[in-house]
Amino acid sequence: MAKILSKREFSPGVKEYTLDAPLIAKKCQAGQFVIIRTDTHGERIPLTIADFDRDGGTITIVVQEVGNSTKHLGESFGVGDEILDLLGPLGRPSHIENFRTAICIGGGIGVAPVYPIARELKKAGNKIISIIGARNKDLIIFEEKMRATSDELFITTDDGSIGRKGFVTDPLREILRAGGKPGLVLAIGPVVMMRNVAAVTKEYGVYTVASLNSIMVDGTGMCGGCRVAVGDETKFVCVDGPEFDAHLVDFTNLMQRQQMYKEQEALEYSCGGHCQCL
Amino acid sequence: MPVDRHPMPEQPAGVRNKNFDEVALGYDLETAFAEAGRCLQCQNALCQTGCPVNIDIPRFIKNLREKDMASSIAVLKSKNSLPAVCGRVCPQESQCEEKCVLGRRGQPIAIGRLERFVADYAREQQLGLAPAAAAEEKNRGKVAIVGSGPAGLTVAGDLSRMGYGVTIFEALHEPGGVLMYGIPQFRLPKEIVQYEISQLKLLGVKIEVNMVIGRSYTIGELLEEEGFDAVFIGTGAGLPHFMNIPGENLNGVYSANEFLTRANLMRSYKFPFVATPLVVGKKAAVIGAGNVAVDAARTAKRLGADAVSIVYRRSEKEMPARNEEIEHAKEEGIVFHLLTYPVKIIGNDKGWATAMECVRMELGEPDASGRRSPKEIKNSNFLLDADTVIVAIGQGPNPLIPTTTKGMDANKRGNIIADENGRTTRDGVFAGGDIVTGAATVISAMGAGKAAAKSIHEYIMSKRANPDK
Ligand SMILES: Cc1cc2nc3c(=O)[nH]c(=O)nc-3n(C[C@H](O)[C@H](O)[C@H](O)COP(=O)(O)OP(=O)(O)OC[C@H]3O[C@@H](n4cnc5c(N)ncnc54)[C@H](O)[C@@H]3O)c2cc1C
Ligand SMILES: Cc1cc2nc3c(=O)[nH]c(=O)nc-3n(C[C@H](O)[C@H](O)[C@H](O)COP(=O)(O)OP(=O)(O)OC[C@H]3O[C@@H](n4cnc5c(N)ncnc54)[C@H](O)[C@@H]3O)c2cc1C
Ligand code: SF4
Ligand code: FES
Repeated sequence: MAKILSKREFSPGVKEYTLDAPLIAKKCQAGQFVIIRTDTHGERIPLTIADFDRDGGTITIVVQEVGNSTKHLGESFGVGDEILDLLGPLGRPSHIENFRTAICIGGGIGVAPVYPIARELKKAGNKIISIIGARNKDLIIFEEKMRATSDELFITTDDGSIGRKGFVTDPLREILRAGGKPGLVLAIGPVVMMRNVAAVTKEYGVYTVASLNSIMVDGTGMCGGCRVAVGDETKFVCVDGPEFDAHLVDFTNLMQRQQMYKEQEALEYSCGGHCQCL
Repeated sequence: MPVDRHPMPEQPAGVRNKNFDEVALGYDLETAFAEAGRCLQCQNALCQTGCPVNIDIPRFIKNLREKDMASSIAVLKSKNSLPAVCGRVCPQESQCEEKCVLGRRGQPIAIGRLERFVADYAREQQLGLAPAAAAEEKNRGKVAIVGSGPAGLTVAGDLSRMGYGVTIFEALHEPGGVLMYGIPQFRLPKEIVQYEISQLKLLGVKIEVNMVIGRSYTIGELLEEEGFDAVFIGTGAGLPHFMNIPGENLNGVYSANEFLTRANLMRSYKFPFVATPLVVGKKAAVIGAGNVAVDAARTAKRLGADAVSIVYRRSEKEMPARNEEIEHAKEEGIVFHLLTYPVKIIGNDKGWATAMECVRMELGEPDASGRRSPKEIKNSNFLLDADTVIVAIGQGPNPLIPTTTKGMDANKRGNIIADENGRTTRDGVFAGGDIVTGAATVISAMGAGKAAAKSIHEYIMSKRANPDK
């Protein structure tokens, strides 16, 4: 059980929760994630740890309501409510070292998981150039936090309502074209965005890491549902990742696998799902 | 003329392959007494030598015959804390029942069915309940148990009865291990597993779910910071093996673990009333022929696949699943493609599996183990339609604990090395069950748990006696 200590809405369908989770707050490191299950009928939902407070014993998650389970969390759970199951920290922590310059790219909700990694990279002595992007101004999150940890911050939106109009790959390409040779590019966001970032950095031979969000069940390496092709190997995102060398990831396969339950999800919860009639 | 063993009443095949209710309905009182009446009460009971936890089989049968159910369950429980589970899933035909003298001339006593009967009767009548334990009595020491499968549950029960404070750490949200997430409802109702676990809780065992050891705490931290005197690792063989053939990452291809976890632990068969979906197509093919494969095939059938087949590279004789389950599967309409080996899974342009390319096999000369190894027949390739493919070719050990525990050795396959008393190479750390032996059986995991509980007790006692050592 984990109590919700605070909840706020960043934009319609994107909410931040602080959870009472002393053990996870004590152990977690940047790049790791948790799995929650809201109630006995619920799905196991993987979510990145977007921030943590070791002394206060709390972790922060940012959730985008994309389907039934995340909507149910957003609509039915408020401050003081308890989430039935919270498991973590899961996954391998991000590899932190001094790469001299690191470009940290977050797309949409992906900015939240980028933040703690950028902070650790900064502590390790890196110059941090951050690029955050979203469809429009309302969907840009964590702007102040990112500004505070970055030496340079670029914002892009599809419609130009804040920052420059375009995609995160635009400033990235400019930096690389101008001869900036970062030791690391980190990309977290929609798969298409990560794939495009990887395509750009590949041209320049820059080491690039992407954090993958495949569909998961247990998150402990037991089911293999989260598997993804990396190079000529099959990897389990939950235990071998979630971060992988973006130049080796088969993004097409990842995108296909994310569609696996699309038809079912449309049916989900025909009676609200929480009727307890079963 | 010896009387034949009494058949088990079952749901008819054409009914049960559409529901998740238990297949075998269990003996009634009269049949149980009649079956127990066949037992010769041998002086030198061979059946008992076939039992991995050495249950006093003639005695529990005698008590049953005398209608002394309280004593009968007590005899079972003194050696086996999960009789309702073992009565259902143990391979009795190769254990106690194989040894029973009656089997030489006719049919052995149905020991498993009687065990199940006594355990079910006791549960329904509330006999032989675990005594509620007072917390202050658990002062002999503190033991942490990692994993709540049959191995961990057995260690917990035994040590708790000896007066230890026991905490089980389980990664999933419900305790029970494979009994909860793997073996399907129609073979082992989850209510029964939960009842047995509730008995352990009465004994004073604490269970903390949602705790992944290796991440939440390491084994070292449990011993050095959390004040446990010893740790038992019973994390099972949970890592699914894949075939490494082309097309295995297509949609519609599952490991048996994923397929069964969605169906059992997450109760996908009630979707959309529960939130976790499972896609089952019209034609399902399961690769492998162990208990896991047969369970997956029968589950796929129940979830609505029209045609379900099992694809196995050897012949019927070599199939590792229990005979009874294979028979049940055939009755339910599962088709067996024997001496068949998949080489490729074929998909459509949307990334969904549509068929499996297979080759036919023939059995060659017996190898060192005496098994005839299968060889490919050249140019025998053919296509088998399949929009759901379930890979059930075995499981290995999860590397999380071996790789995060200093001073504890694992073998090349990643299984933790432990002696017959469950001692690992690290002082105070014990292990047993599938994590040590590789995927095996419920009862062998329980046997390992029993041995480990005894040696943990000895370890803590001797440490108390010589605190400087
Ligand atoms: C390691 C990891 C970290 C993540 N971090 C975040 C985060 O910080 N914030 C956030 O909003 N989202 C995060 N996600 C994605 C989030 O888990 C999914 O959006 C969520 O599970 C969707 O559930 P749903 O029922 O609301 O939507 P659904 O209608 O079930 O699905 C919508 C889409 O979400 C994906 N999805 C569905 N079920 C799962 C599942 N069990 N696991 C992963 N993806 C799934 C599928 O692509 C699906 O098409 C993360 C995923 C992973 C694997
Ligand atoms: C589908 C299926 C059908 C089977 N049918 C039969 C049968 O009919 N008869 C029979 O005798 N045997 C059968 N078996 C085999 C039998 O179930 C296993 O041999 C037995 O369960 C092993 O017990 P265990 O205690 O070693 O591990 P498990 O039952 O595997 O339990 C291990 C537990 O440890 C947990 N765990 C793992 N890692 C961690 C961690 N890091 N931290 C915390 N917890 C962790 C897991 O979540 C799990 O709950 C079957 C197995 C399967 C999969
Ligand atoms: S061997 Fe068979 S007949 Fe003899 S005691 Fe055991 S169960 Fe009874
Ligand atoms: S989520 Fe099951 S193995 Fe990764």
